[in-house]
Amino acid sequence: MKIRLTAAVALTALLGLTACGGDSAESDGPVTLRMTTWSANEAHLKLFNEIAAEYTAANPDVAGITFDPIPFENYTTTLTTQIAGGNPPDLAWVLENSAPDFVSSGALVPLTDTLKNTEGYAYDELAPAATKLWQADGELYAYPFSTSPFGVFVNTDLLSAADTESPAELIAAGRWSWQNALAAASTVQAKTGKAGLVVRDFDYKGWDFLSTVWTGWGAQAWSEDGKTCGFNSPEMVEAMTALHRGIFVDKALPGPGTTADFFAGEAGMTITQISRASLLTDQKFDWDLVPLPAGPKGEYAVIGQGGMGVLKQGRNAETAADFLAYLTNPTNSAKLAQFFPPPRTSLLTAETLAKTNPLLSPEQLQQVVIDGIADGVVKPSHTGQAELNQAVRAGLDPLWQPNADVRGVLDGVCSSINPLLAK
Amino acid sequence: MSVLTRDAQGRAGGRSAPAGAAAARRRGWWTTRRRDQLAGLLFVAPQLVGSVLFVLIPLGLVFWYSLHEWNVLAGTFEFIGTDNYRSMAQDPNLPSVLRVTGLFSVGLVVFNLSLALLLAVLLNQRLRGTIVFRTLFFSPVVVSLVAWTIVWGFLLQDNGGVNGTLGAVGVDGPNWLRGDWTALLSVIVVQVVKNVGLNMVLFLAALQGVPAELYEAARVEGANAWTRFRRITVPLISPTILLTSIITVVGSLQVFAQIAVLTQGGPGTSTTVLVYYLYQRAFQFHQFGYGATLSVLLFLIVLVLTVVQWRMRRRWVFHEQ
Repeated sequence: MKIRLTAAVALTALLGLTACGGDSAESDGPVTLRMTTWSANEAHLKLFNEIAAEYTAANPDVAGITFDPIPFENYTTTLTTQIAGGNPPDLAWVLENSAPDFVSSGALVPLTDTLKNTEGYAYDELAPAATKLWQADGELYAYPFSTSPFGVFVNTDLLSAADTESPAELIAAGRWSWQNALAAASTVQAKTGKAGLVVRDFDYKGWDFLSTVWTGWGAQAWSEDGKTCGFNSPEMVEAMTALHRGIFVDKALPGPGTTADFFAGEAGMTITQISRASLLTDQKFDWDLVPLPAGPKGEYAVIGQGGMGVLKQGRNAETAADFLAYLTNPTNSAKLAQFFPPPRTSLLTAETLAKTNPLLSPEQLQQVVIDGIADGVVKPSHTGQAELNQAVRAGLDPLWQPNADVRGVLDGVCSSINPLLAK
Repeated sequence: MSVLTRDAQGRAGGRSAPAGAAAARRRGWWTTRRRDQLAGLLFVAPQLVGSVLFVLIPLGLVFWYSLHEWNVLAGTFEFIGTDNYRSMAQDPNLPSVLRVTGLFSVGLVVFNLSLALLLAVLLNQRLRGTIVFRTLFFSPVVVSLVAWTIVWGFLLQDNGGVNGTLGAVGVDGPNWLRGDWTALLSVIVVQVVKNVGLNMVLFLAALQGVPAELYEAARVEGANAWTRFRRITVPLISPTILLTSIITVVGSLQVFAQIAVLTQGGPGTSTTVLVYYLYQRAFQFHQFGYGATLSVLLFLIVLVLTVVQWRMRRRWVFHEQ
């Protein structure tokens, strides 16, 4: 009796569920599209909603488009959980570090034909440096809507309080190097008690942000083909030794477990993407934006990217691809350029960018953004990135101790990630 | 078939009889017993439906998923038999994960139960202010777990409140969440302080159920405080000790939010317990099939531990048959 009843209840419940989860969203009537983003910035969402409203007005078969912000920290995890749960969005932003996974797995709809066949799209003006990460076999799988170089934001008030040469002066004198940048940071810490230089979002976990430092030494996390570990290369050992010294001896960077927010005036300098300039709108201190300091291997630039793709498992992939083509056409790209440096060469001029980035001077835009996008190295990424991320983070942890054996730790990182790189 | 026909014909003779018999049969079926049964079932139905929907079905699905390779991004779901179980047997990370899980559970259970019992004994005295202290120790239980953990995260930072306080008395505290053993210890302490109040209340209730005359008799016989505690208190509250230890052991194996907020399994893998590891595998590395296999392992561990504790009760729990 009991067993039969349990079975009956389960069956009824399942039937109920099936009825609820019915085919209401099939493509007969007007469809609703959903795009996941990691930005909950009101200005961003307002612009997206405006473009979406224009699109729905022109396309009666689309009833509405919603933008669904997911917190940045858990973005990819939440997105894949939505996909696993049978509730995939139609379009999604994709972080550069999960680009290889999304591009190679077949999760995304190929876009090249749709974009090329869209009238007035000017597909050929997409910069190859920007689209490289998002392609496989010559096919574009996501549109790199944001190609944002890393630069150094400087709190010039704090640097003058510490009575040290500002990066602008160092640049003018041709001495803007890592050595001098760390020395200035160390002086700021010693004289003002505030943090010297913060590699934003690193926090002793997001190790891929350190590529903004080690690229100056010519180091790489792994080789171009992704097969050889680069953590124990002589360049990396040298870069990490300089960084370790900067943290634990010269106190140029805040140590592990210490937080300092540049945008709250708690640090002299910070390395972050120029899209963060919007955080400086109401700042009470004077600030500057300069390119990354030169390393022993000379000047360099590092870029972070965000892509926008259409999910194959979404219910309205075709319509979603059409909307993507509209959202990223030359007209709308120009609008998006006020927040996200665009991949279109026609928009990558100091004059165009200056119109929409009033906080930055034409020199800053040229030096940091335009030159950065042209020569930039993209932050490290690899298929199976999440597992690699975790292995590198765990492997690097012993480095963040005052008496760490840098070379030994980096050898350890390679031995733990080699099996993953070989996969 | 012919039997049925004959039966139907046989009954066709008396018209009123079948109707009456049917009514009687219906009344006969609808007995008070059956009505009570139905009422009982209706009462438990909400809980039953919840358990079936959110416990039994997912549990079955977890076993099912563990036999598959599920690539979420590619949208493929392939039956691979026991391959996941074989990979689990060879997983190079698993021994370390199980060791950390074991250390965490033992540390948590020992700390939690001894502190809870100590507090309960202290607060069972008829002294002024005990109610205030009881409330104080119980209040963390009702605080939101994540809020609690985030605040502790700030306190345990290198330049946080804990080291600030230690510095004020001249002690140079370690970087709690960055050292191998201090990170695990910190997570244990944060969890113990959060939940010790619950066990304390359970122990208090048990202590108040111990008859006072037993203590009086023991005192007359010359038993000292320790002997009274060991010979009277512990045996008489042993059912509660069993209950709290089961709850605490099972709870310790399920700890997740504290690890996710405070250490993310680090430094290295020194705080990667089984639940966090299976979360990493399933949700971060997108290996849902393997993650499900690890949940099966977790389920078996919890099951075995609970059964063992339940069986052991006969040996040491007072009053048990």
